[in-house]
Amino acid sequence: MMDFFAEHGSNLMYKTWEHFYISLAAMLLGVIVAVPLGVALARIPKFADRIISLVGILQTIPSLAILAFFIPIIGIGKIPAIIALFVYSLLPILRNTYIGVRDVDQGVIEAGKGMGMSHWQAIAKMELPLSIPVIMAGIRLSTVYLIGWAALAAFIGGGGLGDFIFDGLNLYKPSLILAGTIPATILAVIADRSLALLESSLTPEGMKDTQNAT
Amino acid sequence: MLSFENVTKQYTDGTPAVKDLNLNIEKGEFVCFIGPSGCGKTTTMKMVNRLIDITGGNIYVDGKDIKEQNAVELRRSIGYVIQQIGLLPHMTIKDNIVLVGTLLKWSKEQKNARARELLKLVDMPEDYLNKYPHELSGGQQQRIGVLRALAANPPLILMDEPFGALDPITRDSLQEEFKKLQKELHKTIVFVTHDMDEALKLGDRIVIMKDGEVVQADTPEEILRNPANDFVEAFLGKERLIQGRPDVTTVGQIMDGYPVTVQTGTTLKSAIATMRDKHVDSLLVVDSNNTLQGFLDVEAINLNYKKANTVEEVMETDLFYVSEDSLLRDTVHKILRRGVKYVPVVDENQHLEGIVTRATLANIVYDTIWGDGTELEEIATTTQ
Repeated sequence: MMDFFAEHGSNLMYKTWEHFYISLAAMLLGVIVAVPLGVALARIPKFADRIISLVGILQTIPSLAILAFFIPIIGIGKIPAIIALFVYSLLPILRNTYIGVRDVDQGVIEAGKGMGMSHWQAIAKMELPLSIPVIMAGIRLSTVYLIGWAALAAFIGGGGLGDFIFDGLNLYKPSLILAGTIPATILAVIADRSLALLESSLTPEGMKDTQNAT
Repeated sequence: MLSFENVTKQYTDGTPAVKDLNLNIEKGEFVCFIGPSGCGKTTTMKMVNRLIDITGGNIYVDGKDIKEQNAVELRRSIGYVIQQIGLLPHMTIKDNIVLVGTLLKWSKEQKNARARELLKLVDMPEDYLNKYPHELSGGQQQRIGVLRALAANPPLILMDEPFGALDPITRDSLQEEFKKLQKELHKTIVFVTHDMDEALKLGDRIVIMKDGEVVQADTPEEILRNPANDFVEAFLGKERLIQGRPDVTTVGQIMDGYPVTVQTGTTLKSAIATMRDKHVDSLLVVDSNNTLQGFLDVEAINLNYKKANTVEEVMETDLFYVSEDSLLRDTVHKILRRGVKYVPVVDENQHLEGIVTRATLANIVYDTIWGDGTELEEIATTTQ
């Protein structure tokens, strides 16, 4: 054990960091794209379901395949890995944003509009704050998935803890596989917990009590 | 203040929601729109703050065509209260009350002061300012909903069944409070409701709509007295028409048109003869033009029989009377409070027209409780 750390310790730290930031970058990209898209979809409920199932199809493409497809287009390395993972992050965030915004109490929306809120004010002051818990649930789910899938980034030279796992598989060294798996799991748990903390600090005061009360 | 000119709303599939509506609402007037669902009352209201766009005609608020104003700014200048209350759950009561102030970029001090000032109007303690909507009861929440509409002091307030979702007791007290508030603040109110009692209680004028058209627009009294057609009558309901009678019936409608009178110049002797013939203990004295002069009763005659000859010498001129177009409601109060046995009824020239006696009032009470005679017969036949 100690020997293992002596040999791979610094590398392990580095790979874990790499793994973390590939996942984080993909997740952030996902949020940047999917949240506004979800808000927009909530305005066109007629087409929303179709668009969401289209994005759902992306999700069903096997991840190895998507990574392979990206090689001729954008080559290998971290950027392609992040882009591929970003595609996977879209669906949970998009769907939750759409549902969260759509399900905001219509009475509240009508009152806000009737009071004279512009479209942007309605989004910023009502729709987003009121759907934060649902949107955050999507982001958390997406992040945990991403941390798992990010192991595949190693396939296209993206680095991360996947390197350990593949080395372990190639060299028949279970210790290396574990060295890739365990930190990834811990990373996923930590990410989920910290996002939960973020969620509760983002959730407006008045709504927390409502949730506890019901 | 608010006028509708040939206002029409047609949905894209061609169904008309509001047809050629014309209406003028004065400043400070409380107007209730009422009708069955789908009659266009809510559509009409929402066209005023452009939550629904009109397809034809014009709406003027304070003389300005609403189509020429920015919709968002227009809404900020018009109060809006809805049935679902719609307080923002993530904001404190204070922030909810001064929401429009926030949109208009008021300073923090200005908002705080306004919130406190408004909360006083509904007698709620200041510590509510920092609570959240879910900590309040439904009635309290809607009080805040009303305050929110008042925040920027708009001259016009639109209300869409604001008390519809509250329990009857809360609804009643909010109605009272709001009516009082409106009298103090002189706001022009457009109030949509499907509850006739509410409309009768609150409205200065009631606009009854059906199939996108105005069927009748009148004061509650006038509507109860003269329903425009069978639809209005059915919508009011027979019971309400009967019960509403004391509120709208004039004295002229129920008075006895043949009071026992004597003319001035009549001798006391013949006055006594009249009393005996008609079995009354009191006479109204009129002159030759039928102008009411006074009254005399048995007691007065008895005291002065030997001293006087004609009725005008002994008659009591300090007389309580009512005019024929005064409301029965008010007359009943006066009769009961003064303890008089009867009240003469006169027209605007003091000509005697009739008399309201306690017997007349008793008849009204019977009518109100058991309906007019027809229903009594029905009861009699069914019990046989």
